[in-house]
Amino acid sequence: MIWDVRSECMSADEREALQVRRLQAMLGRVKAAVPCYTELLAEVDPQDIQSLSDLGKLPFTTKDDLREYYPYGMFAVPMEDVVRIHSSSGTTGKLTVVGYTPHDIQIWAETIARTLCGLGAVRGDILHNAYGYGMFTGGLGLHYGGELLGVAVLPMSGGNTKRQLTIMKEFGSNLLSCTPSYALRLAEVAEEEGIDIAALPLRAGSLGAEPWSESMRQEIESRLGIKAYNIYGLSEVMGPGVSFECEFQEGSHINEDHFIPETIDPETGEVLPDGEYGELVFTCITKECLPLVRYRTRDICSLNHQPCACGRTTTRMSQVAGRTDDMLIIRGVNVFPSQIEQVLVGFDELEPQYQIVVDREKALDELEVHVEVSPSYFADRVGELEILRDRVGNEIASVLGISLQVHLAEPQSLARSEGKAQRVVDKRDFNK
Amino acid sequence: MQMIQQVSVFLENKSGRLAEVTAALAAANINIVALSIAETSDFGILRFICDQPAQAVDVLREAGFSVGETDVLAVQLPHRPGGLAEALDVIEPLNINIEYLYAFANPGQDAVVVMRVENGRNQQVGEALEQAGFGLLSPQQAYNL
Repeated sequence: MIWDVRSECMSADEREALQVRRLQAMLGRVKAAVPCYTELLAEVDPQDIQSLSDLGKLPFTTKDDLREYYPYGMFAVPMEDVVRIHSSSGTTGKLTVVGYTPHDIQIWAETIARTLCGLGAVRGDILHNAYGYGMFTGGLGLHYGGELLGVAVLPMSGGNTKRQLTIMKEFGSNLLSCTPSYALRLAEVAEEEGIDIAALPLRAGSLGAEPWSESMRQEIESRLGIKAYNIYGLSEVMGPGVSFECEFQEGSHINEDHFIPETIDPETGEVLPDGEYGELVFTCITKECLPLVRYRTRDICSLNHQPCACGRTTTRMSQVAGRTDDMLIIRGVNVFPSQIEQVLVGFDELEPQYQIVVDREKALDELEVHVEVSPSYFADRVGELEILRDRVGNEIASVLGISLQVHLAEPQSLARSEGKAQRVVDKRDFNK
Repeated sequence: MQMIQQVSVFLENKSGRLAEVTAALAAANINIVALSIAETSDFGILRFICDQPAQAVDVLREAGFSVGETDVLAVQLPHRPGGLAEALDVIEPLNINIEYLYAFANPGQDAVVVMRVENGRNQQVGEALEQAGFGLLSPQQAYNL
């Protein structure tokens, strides 16, 4: 089912006209109300923006801008109009603060209702919402959208996994919302507790808030006995529900009547065509409290403007393939560690433990991938290992488009730090 | 016809790794009968015959090595010029490649070669050697040399 056929299925021309109208109004508002934009948009007249191709005339907004104007300096409305404040986890520095007016909360609930419809939710369903409730946007975001759609929401929040399973079993939850890693945690604990989670009424999950791979999706689907759908969002733009997957699971539909997407080359800022991976950028055209202009998400993905078989015409984004923070430029080619990881998880002979080493020999970048051989794999012939090494190397090279050296390492031999392995070692000295 | 169990260990070319293997085996009171190393610039494979192959695999796996067991042939050869050549003459007409081979000799006794042939055709080669009069060591004999 499609929640809002009018908004989700409009023609490209009709949508662009709507977006441009909303964008002009939004630019006028932020220019007047937000000091940061008074400055950034000094040379811009909102009426100069006549089509989406004029977006390039607008400046970018970055996380640094949000930090500089911490906590409320980017808000476009007075606190009298703000009814909710959330903040991001702040894993890479200071917290970022986001605010919502009643109208913002209503838009957010709409986008979540669309999201849940995308995975087939209907009234009468019971949504087990295991996103954290609190300053994180996940819990309350799904909660309000679920209520708007009319499903029964269980406000589980995170943690206490055994109790979650008891409730899931006894209350008959049939929809799940949580992070992909928590979905796997539920499966793990269910196994320990002797609960056959795949036999429960659970049929679909709206999973997101962290990058996940296709192989992780398959694992979740088979272990929990559900269909797992991606939901994407970030608090600065709104929270979960910026985009979501439909039943075809071929990219996530962006709620474009509220958020204009672009992908750009993270180095040059140049806008990229469909299918090319780059940094995802959003302009929030309907939000009142925190309407950001060309906000750089640091997430890497590609866009697809073709209409989908589901009937929605909204632009779709690929799964997030990495973060610009992780991007390496090797011999002029953008390389994301996640691309290499994707290849490695496809090999049963290898452990998903690897290290990427970049060095520069005589002005030429050298890429080395060190990967651990699985303890359960063994060969007693050198040839077998050389074939394995070459297969891995060829497959990575065909994904990245550059050559590399693969080194097979013993199990447990690559350096691990607290929880997170050091995946990338860049030995290049750019100051030489 | 009997085959014996060889233990193989994947090793990176790093100093001290072989010593860690032998130390782990020594601590478990496992005696090595024969040993060989195949190497490339990057990594090597240690192969050995010992008195308790199954325990050796457990001990090394516990220690975090990538390790496994393979069936190989242990062929007795007369300890004199031409001993190995005669055995290879038996194998040659079968048109089967030898993947690897290592040998050990004791004064006054038969020499022994440990070998593995391609495509899991150890059985065929072993039978041909036995028919030609070569002795194959049983696991009991090989592990306690």
